Amino acid sequence: MRKHHVAALLIIALFGVAKFRFEQRLTEEHRAAYFHGARFQLSMRQQIGQSEFIAALSGFRSLVADYLWIKAEIAWEHTEYGRMALLFNNVTALEPRNTMFWDMSAWHMGWNASVYAFRNPKEPREALRVKAQREYFRIAEDFLLRGIANNPDSYVLYDRLGNLYKDKFEDHLKASQAYDKAATFPNSPSYEKRFAAYHLSYCEGHEREAYDRLVKLYKMGDNERLPTLLTRLNFLQEKLNIPADQRVYHPPEK
Amino acid sequence: MSDSVNVLPARTPHKIFSPARVAAIASNTLLELVRLKVFYFLLIFALLIIAASGFTSVFELQFQGEFQILKDMSLGAMSIFTLLLSILTTSAMLPKDIEDRTLYTILAKPVPRVEYLMGKLAGVFLLLLISVLVMSAMFVAALYAKQQWAIAATMHNGALTPEQMHYGILDIKAHTFTMSLVPCITLIYLTSALMASLTLLISTFATSSIFTIFIATTAYFIGNVESVAREYYYSQTSVSQVAKIFLTALALFFPDLQLFNLIDDIVAGNAIATTLFLKTAGLGCVYVTVYSFVAYVIFAFKEL
Repeated sequence: MRKHHVAALLIIALFGVAKFRFEQRLTEEHRAAYFHGARFQLSMRQQIGQSEFIAALSGFRSLVADYLWIKAEIAWEHTEYGRMALLFNNVTALEPRNTMFWDMSAWHMGWNASVYAFRNPKEPREALRVKAQREYFRIAEDFLLRGIANNPDSYVLYDRLGNLYKDKFEDHLKASQAYDKAATFPNSPSYEKRFAAYHLSYCEGHEREAYDRLVKLYKMGDNERLPTLLTRLNFLQEKLNIPADQRVYHPPEK
Repeated sequence: MSDSVNVLPARTPHKIFSPARVAAIASNTLLELVRLKVFYFLLIFALLIIAASGFTSVFELQFQGEFQILKDMSLGAMSIFTLLLSILTTSAMLPKDIEDRTLYTILAKPVPRVEYLMGKLAGVFLLLLISVLVMSAMFVAALYAKQQWAIAATMHNGALTPEQMHYGILDIKAHTFTMSLVPCITLIYLTSALMASLTLLISTFATSSIFTIFIATTAYFIGNVESVAREYYYSQTSVSQVAKIFLTALALFFPDLQLFNLIDDIVAGNAIATTLFLKTAGLGCVYVTVYSFVAYVIFAFKEL
């Protein structure tokens, strides 16, 4: 080895020493800004195949995630919901910052897979069909909760969690809490606040709080005085026996 | 007898470093590469984008999914093409000039070796820049066309209330072209420039182009997993001395390319702060400078 080769090696090594800690710090800063959240595990290598795993490691993980997503869509066409769940797990592990993947995975599990499980013609026992259906609800909830853990700065998954609790679990309190959380984000749609109040109005023991929130929305103006709000407000006025002179809303006489 | 005297123009003193000479070498390098018809790959890129636009519709995905796949495929293709361009063109540069004896013709003139190397690298950087700009223009055009189609479909959806339509259109716009794609494209360019300078460094001591391509490609793969090695080094688990030395060597000698791979997360909707982007881009520039300097150190003493 000649002198200039040694000099070159020395320069690279010195630069390496200088960059070592800086790169580690920069990685930490990236992580704090929610970058590089993908987790590569050996189980994933077995599930997605060697070439896809290498491609994902080589900086093309979004392409691999898209490819797996399309595979999941094909599995959907063949009603292979178990396989879909497995593929969704890999897609979301590769792209944890993509709320669309978490959202759609939960939707497929909570709405499509659960309905299929409930109507499964191969299972004559209703109890088992209901059990399978509830399991898919839980998988959908799990996708959304993991999605929220990876994307705490987005309202979207809180909104979808609210929808899941409302439509599938029929748990109005949890739905209201999820919509409430979504409403705290500055870029969230205005209906999140409304939805939170509507669903709270169905909860036993929370009538007063719900009433106060509905009144507050009602006083915000005509834009908020939508049919559901008026119906729920009237319902609570009756239920809480609000005196006529204190009622803000007087439904038209039939 | 005429009084006129033939006056020769005053000789300008030879400059130790001349940007004009570097620019001349750079433009020649670019011209050479263009003559090699490397820009044909742009046609493939255009076809790929058109295919990606149509392909996503086949699966009846939601429009967010279609945009996602279009963006991932386009930016992925940009990364692959620029990577291939940077490695393949740079690896052939020095061996070709030696084979054609162009190198000797240039260096026989008062052109310092540093200018020759800088000119060659600048030519490749220009080629990469033109490629990235053209690909970006095609990508933006495809994205815009798809956005207009999605907005029209939303506006004609009778089942939506005006409020839902408003948020729907906002959602479409948020999923298509946003300014956050600019750092993505800049980072693709920076990564390819880094790989070009690393390839040039390898080619200064390599014995053949194939060797250069092989080593540069290996360095690219190692660079992408280097962060895993560094993380393992810093982890609390007990690491053996041999593993520690190996991991340290990896981290010292190879660039951490994962640091420049922020595209996936940005496309997913992650915003990058300006300071963080500048730090990352700055690191890329430092890599390019250091690798180019080391390439010069080897090339300056190389026996030709």
